[in-house]
Amino acid sequence: MIEPTLLKNEESAIFALRRLYQSFGYQQFKMSKFEEYDLYLRNKDFLVSDHVITFTDTNGRLMALKPDVTLSIVKNSKDIPGCVQKVYYNENVYRVSESSHSYKEIMQVGLECLGDVDDYAIAEVVSLAAKSLLEISTDSILDVSDLGLLSAALEETGVTGETRKALLRCMGEKNLHGMAALCAEAGVEPAKTLPLKALMSAYGTPAKVLATLKDSLPGDAWQTRLARLERILSVADAQNIRVDFSVVGDMNYYNGIVFKGFISGIPQSVLSGGQYDLLLQKSGRSAGAIGFALYLDLLEDWLTPKVDYDIDAVLLYDTNADLQQLAAAVASLTAKGLSVTAQRAIPEKIKYRQLLQLTGSEVKLLEANA
Amino acid sequence: MLNIALPKGRLGEKVYAMFEKAGFECPSIKENNRKLIFENEDCGVRYFWAKPSDVAIYVARGAADIGVAGKDILLEYKPDIYELLDLKTGNCRMAVAAPRGFRDDPRRTLKVATKFSNIASTYYASLGREIDIIHLNGSIELAPILGLSDVIVDIVETGTTLKENNLEVFETIVPISARLIANKASFKFKSEPIEALVKSIAEQLQEG
Repeated sequence: MIEPTLLKNEESAIFALRRLYQSFGYQQFKMSKFEEYDLYLRNKDFLVSDHVITFTDTNGRLMALKPDVTLSIVKNSKDIPGCVQKVYYNENVYRVSESSHSYKEIMQVGLECLGDVDDYAIAEVVSLAAKSLLEISTDSILDVSDLGLLSAALEETGVTGETRKALLRCMGEKNLHGMAALCAEAGVEPAKTLPLKALMSAYGTPAKVLATLKDSLPGDAWQTRLARLERILSVADAQNIRVDFSVVGDMNYYNGIVFKGFISGIPQSVLSGGQYDLLLQKSGRSAGAIGFALYLDLLEDWLTPKVDYDIDAVLLYDTNADLQQLAAAVASLTAKGLSVTAQRAIPEKIKYRQLLQLTGSEVKLLEANA
Repeated sequence: MLNIALPKGRLGEKVYAMFEKAGFECPSIKENNRKLIFENEDCGVRYFWAKPSDVAIYVARGAADIGVAGKDILLEYKPDIYELLDLKTGNCRMAVAAPRGFRDDPRRTLKVATKFSNIASTYYASLGREIDIIHLNGSIELAPILGLSDVIVDIVETGTTLKENNLEVFETIVPISARLIANKASFKFKSEPIEALVKSIAEQLQEG
């Protein structure tokens, strides 16, 4: 039996998440580290970065070290009407790190729900994303956005092509002044930009945001879309859910509900996910899909507590020491719950609480640090 | 505590006045000394002076919750942050400048010297013009004079430096001004003071 205190916080987080996903009927998905490069080439835009580590296999096929897990799961799933396939994974992926611009092995935990995805399945995944964050920290937030609403607001402005892309960028930056300038330049009537402005300015709990939006976006079409989002979020029901339309995602692949998770004390988002029906449609499938990934590498620093000391005690002994007495002294210290290293000289670069000396059978305290 | 990164220099001082008016004052910042960090626990703010081009890094990495950075830096480095307000100060423009009377010969690759390689390459890519970028770190105006480049892409404020070196603006790429930026995670966890600050500064800007 492994004592829970011996597990690194990262490892206990993974255990807690696996328990959570399994309790909702998600099966673990194991896969090989390699995948044919062609899979990533065909879906380049879906990847966070287009840099992939490749190698030629013994049979001449060009292979890649997995930069992503979702594409492999999608490839291995089947569409059965009325059924959804629910899987979770805990895998390493190989990507270029944004900060160091070099390849890094990144531990990812996540889940995917594919098949006949309905509003319940969507709400369940949103809820599991919110709960995953809560497993790690109570001071966490899941920002949820609805690309359906966002698309409708963009349609209303009537802009297309590059301007539409630029508007979406402004949305992601909460850049209200930039959006106003772009719309003015494209000759959009101020009234037509109102839905976009309303979505961009909205931030807060589902109750607060949806009440405001219901007032500012009249008309049956808007009210129906808002009611659906409200229904999903009320089923997902987690106290750390917020609505924020600056979560945009790539609209070539993502549609519907998208979300990002944050933990207080970590400057970037640690969880990312959403509906990606369009990815399946690109390969000619009619099924829906939703999932998310939690980036454990971002949590590593935060989950590793800072320790003031490397060890509780350094026990010094000389070459003439009686080995039985030395072993007994070490045992008596470990029995008190102290970590101890027996050494003949003080090791370099080690921070200890106590420096002890074994003389005969007696242990003397030479130095104590707080 | 709200951590605010301000750009060292005149722009930072001007912007601080806006923050002060918004109720986020920190009198110790006005003391004439070499300290870099100033705190006012009563208002819950901590200011620090940073090199203007580094402000976005402090904010993107979460060392500062909010900050003030030029649009030039945001366009060049594309940090993952929220751009909450155009502060309409520190106004200038990103422009292509060339020796007086310059004519762009489309048959040749254009040699462009600049500190802003990303902005320059994105701009010329949008025109479909093939260029050779020469990245320099300062005194960009020297490049076309010595024949190192055909044109330069740089920030132009009054145009005096260009004029004195027999250069002129050939094309404006984009107007530049100071922006209020926020770390994406900080915005979630400190949304109340950040939104209050944004609202107050937006009102100040409207009053003119």
